[in-house]
Amino acid sequence: MEYLVGIQGPDFVLVAADNVAASSIIQMKHDYDKMFKLSEKILLLCVGEAGDTVQFAEYIQKNVQLYKMRNGYELSPAAAANFTRKNLADYLRSRTPYHVNLLLAGYDETDGPGLYYMDYLSSLAKAPFAAHGYGLNKRFILNLPSFTVRVIDKEGIHDLENLTLGAK
Amino acid sequence: LKSVPPPFPMSHGTTTLAFIFQGGVLAAADTRSSCSGLVACPASQKVLPIHSHLVGTTSGTSADCALWKRILARELRLYQLRHGRRLSTGGAAKLLSHMLHPFKGTELCVAATLCGCSGPSLVYVCSDGTRLKGTLFSVGSGSPYAYSILDQEVHWGLTVNKAVSVAREAVYRATHRDAYSGNCVDVFHVTSKGWTRLASFTILIHNSYLRKLINGKSVE
Repeated sequence: MEYLVGIQGPDFVLVAADNVAASSIIQMKHDYDKMFKLSEKILLLCVGEAGDTVQFAEYIQKNVQLYKMRNGYELSPAAAANFTRKNLADYLRSRTPYHVNLLLAGYDETDGPGLYYMDYLSSLAKAPFAAHGYGLNKRFILNLPSFTVRVIDKEGIHDLENLTLGAK
Repeated sequence: LKSVPPPFPMSHGTTTLAFIFQGGVLAAADTRSSCSGLVACPASQKVLPIHSHLVGTTSGTSADCALWKRILARELRLYQLRHGRRLSTGGAAKLLSHMLHPFKGTELCVAATLCGCSGPSLVYVCSDGTRLKGTLFSVGSGSPYAYSILDQEVHWGLTVNKAVSVAREAVYRATHRDAYSGNCVDVFHVTSKGWTRLASFTILIHNSYLRKLINGKSVE
């Protein structure tokens, strides 16, 4: 059970992801980071099938960095989101589709903050707030113990304090 | 890739564990190879050295693990010859993970923890694509029981002797409750100078744990 959430503000995007890496019912790690830094102002949050998540996210990450090396400037968040969606769509009807759910959060110099929701069927939607999974802490049968929180603004990506919520 | 149906149901019965502490990395495993209800081999090696400074625990299908460990050892040696330096533990894990990726969705089952000491590090690699870097892992059908001991006792400041006895007890407790784990306990200790294999402990140490219960004395 994984959780991602993003909220777009007037000049920032706030994102959080849970910290559990699980193998069936066992937590293998409780400090796992599900956010991938695509560039100085773009974060990709990725959950889904084991292996597919890291493989797909790292593939996107390396390609975004390659674009910067070749062209001298970075992809905008909108362009990165559409590139990611195109890759998901291309693999969807192949023998090896990627079962991943994503949130892409970024800050663009001209367009400001942006949050993009993508799922494993390669849908793409720009939204003011979005989530994947269940993050309820009082009403859900399982409680996720802790969350990594980051905020992106015109200065870049900033780490905020980890959220550790206990059932009260 | 069309997979051939297995000739009989295979179970992934094993208990393996590995953790990092101040004295390096410790890896331990039981030695029972099971084939449904039959103990196919009571003395199998589940902790396999890959090179002088890297050791891997194996879980899943024995044949798959043995083969892929050999392939990994070959590829790491080739890397070393071509680039003049050894690949790090994380690099070896990534290499193994990428080599296993084309077989995702088939019957291949390999779940390994690579323990290396170029800066002590521990990475869990699974044929379903998982690759996790951490400080404590236990894999196999007996792993929940092993975790119950490890989560309580393992911390950074353990002495080597205490770490060995914790690893031994964790595997013992798992073999006590899990039908598919048993026989002996192999313990490997990896430091920056390389790996050493400690004497294989038999589960006749059950008697010494029973005495501990009765007398309240700690077991070394």
